[in-house]
Amino acid sequence: MWHWFAELDPNLQTAITVIVVATMTNVACALLGCFLVLRRMSLLGDALAHAVLPGLVIAFVFTGTLSLPAMFLGAVAIGVLTALLTEGLHRQAGVSEDASLGVVFTSLFALGVILIKRYGQDVDLDPDCVLNGMLEMVDDNVWQIGGFEVPRALVTILPVLILNLLFVVVFWKELLLGSFDPALATAMGFRAGLLHYTLMCLVALTTVAAFEQVGSILVVAMLIVPAATAHLCSDRLHIMLWLAAGFGALSALVGYAAALIFDVNTAGAMAVSSGIFYGAALFFSPRYGWVSRWLHQAALRLRIIAEDILGMIYRAEEWAAGRRLQPAEVFRGLGGGVWVRVVLSWLAWRDMIRRQPEGLELSPAGRLWAAAVVRSHRLWESYLVRHLGLPDDHVHEPAMRVEHYIEAPLQEQLAGALGAELLDPHGRPIPQLPAESESPNKDERQDQP
Amino acid sequence: MSAPPLEIHDMTVAYHRKPVLWDIDVVVPEGRLVGIIGPNGAGKSTLIKAALGLIPLASGQVWFYGQPYARQRHRVGYVPQRESVDWDFPVTVQDVVLMGTYGALGWVRRPGARERRLAEECMETLGIQEFRHRQIRQLSGGQQQRVFLARALAQQADLYFMDEPFVGVDAQTEKTIIGLLQNLRNLGKTVLVVHHDLQTVPEYFDFIILLNMRLVAAGDMASTFTPENLQKAYGGRLTLLDQVAEAVRRGASP
Repeated sequence: MWHWFAELDPNLQTAITVIVVATMTNVACALLGCFLVLRRMSLLGDALAHAVLPGLVIAFVFTGTLSLPAMFLGAVAIGVLTALLTEGLHRQAGVSEDASLGVVFTSLFALGVILIKRYGQDVDLDPDCVLNGMLEMVDDNVWQIGGFEVPRALVTILPVLILNLLFVVVFWKELLLGSFDPALATAMGFRAGLLHYTLMCLVALTTVAAFEQVGSILVVAMLIVPAATAHLCSDRLHIMLWLAAGFGALSALVGYAAALIFDVNTAGAMAVSSGIFYGAALFFSPRYGWVSRWLHQAALRLRIIAEDILGMIYRAEEWAAGRRLQPAEVFRGLGGGVWVRVVLSWLAWRDMIRRQPEGLELSPAGRLWAAAVVRSHRLWESYLVRHLGLPDDHVHEPAMRVEHYIEAPLQEQLAGALGAELLDPHGRPIPQLPAESESPNKDERQDQP
Repeated sequence: MSAPPLEIHDMTVAYHRKPVLWDIDVVVPEGRLVGIIGPNGAGKSTLIKAALGLIPLASGQVWFYGQPYARQRHRVGYVPQRESVDWDFPVTVQDVVLMGTYGALGWVRRPGARERRLAEECMETLGIQEFRHRQIRQLSGGQQQRVFLARALAQQADLYFMDEPFVGVDAQTEKTIIGLLQNLRNLGKTVLVVHHDLQTVPEYFDFIILLNMRLVAAGDMASTFTPENLQKAYGGRLTLLDQVAEAVRRGASP
């Protein structure tokens, strides 16, 4: 089944291998990263990924091999030490949590760098490689498995990916509850500490499995950035995990291409592209992105203009029965501007208002909408006067602002609080809405948070 | 005669060695709606958390229906304070309510059709079924508290602990919640509620625990909710108790 692969161009083979290895690493990291981000432990994951370095070197010096079990033991030992030292500094010495974490992991990381410099040469371990990885050379380091040459990095990361995947799938319920509400999880007998330390161990294991080819910069980035990106784009945990894995894989692909084009370090380019995705999510995420928030604000502003126009026409008609406003009067009355013109045309196009020779006229649908706005305005004025004791001449302005936000159920509550009052404080009738009809822009209103 | 739902004996709780609850001794009889009352910093939430083993005890024992908590946790429901969780968490109303069934499922087993039906019923009881697919940040304070209550119902417990369920909720939700709690009590369940608003205490509860770092009084509403007891719980700071606690903390550090 691998024949097609062997027949490919060697450069393409390398490209595929690098992307596959990087994708597996990124996905393995992103899965755990989601829980780190949600449990507000981003920094702890980061710290752990750095702090395991001396553990690796010590294991290396003792065993003289790069074998995964020895590395893992060393890394976990240091990982636990990190946790204990951090806790100890925080609890016993009263150092704040972030400071103790910062002190412990930078010191351990520095120790690791020194140890590599001192002992690394003997055993072929290079600090540059530990930081930046050598993804480009993933092909050079292969194992023979069943007659095939399989990159060593692939053999190391694949089991870790599977393990992380199993962890997430098997303990899904416990991870969900333990991350959302640790107190309830503990009260229900799911020991939060147990999950916490398992998660930490897996972070350490993933770091160890990845460090050799991929480097710790990529691991640190992939533990946090794809998960944080996914958090911006999703409202459900399983979607967040899928998205995080997707962003991790995409970073591998885009980063590889970028590294080729700009001739830079591959792992670094992948980490940077994941950062760019995060930036893009900040702007374009459907619910939390700046663009969608801006669009939402813009839609709200237009709706307010529309309701002001409708209210104005309604009041003019009411004030002098049958009086029609000219478009120019409406335009001036709302302070002018291109948007008032646009909304006027839109209202006419939607057949909310009709342009008659003697002036603007409300269509039945437009009248209903206008009545809802004026009702909300006058109910609020009456409420302010009656229940908050504001003077009559102080309530129009606040009501102008609030009228756009009072939905039908709230209107009914206000009406209930006012009893059988049918006139507003200025003596004008509070419009009654036909019982079964709903405000025509109900859907728009429901969007308001 | 079965054992009472909750017995606390000589319970002392300390944060960083500074005692915040001293020698609490209280027995809560079955089928009561219990208010845990006291001023700010009196240790009301601490009492609940310590009883549920979320904070270690400095000394003392807690018995649930005559047994330690670990043996009875399936009979105990818990509603933490609303601010204790991250409402930006990517879960929907339905997801959160379903969490109530996790305890009975134990490790690894996933909720099935039975659990989903139960969650559905609990959402209907609280009137939140129409929001079931909303992310929880998009709810009002009152709706969020209803979600927590629905989750507690899904725990199907006999003894409930609720930490300030009335904080930040609208009048309508407060009415719904108290009605629900009274219903639970009428079904023979025991409900303990940390409560702030002294005005509503006599109307809501039939048994109170008055706390201020130590147990001031506990018993039936009529005999316990007295001006003298309130004066003892709320009147002035307990300077001497504070000073001793501070001395313990200082003595423990160089």
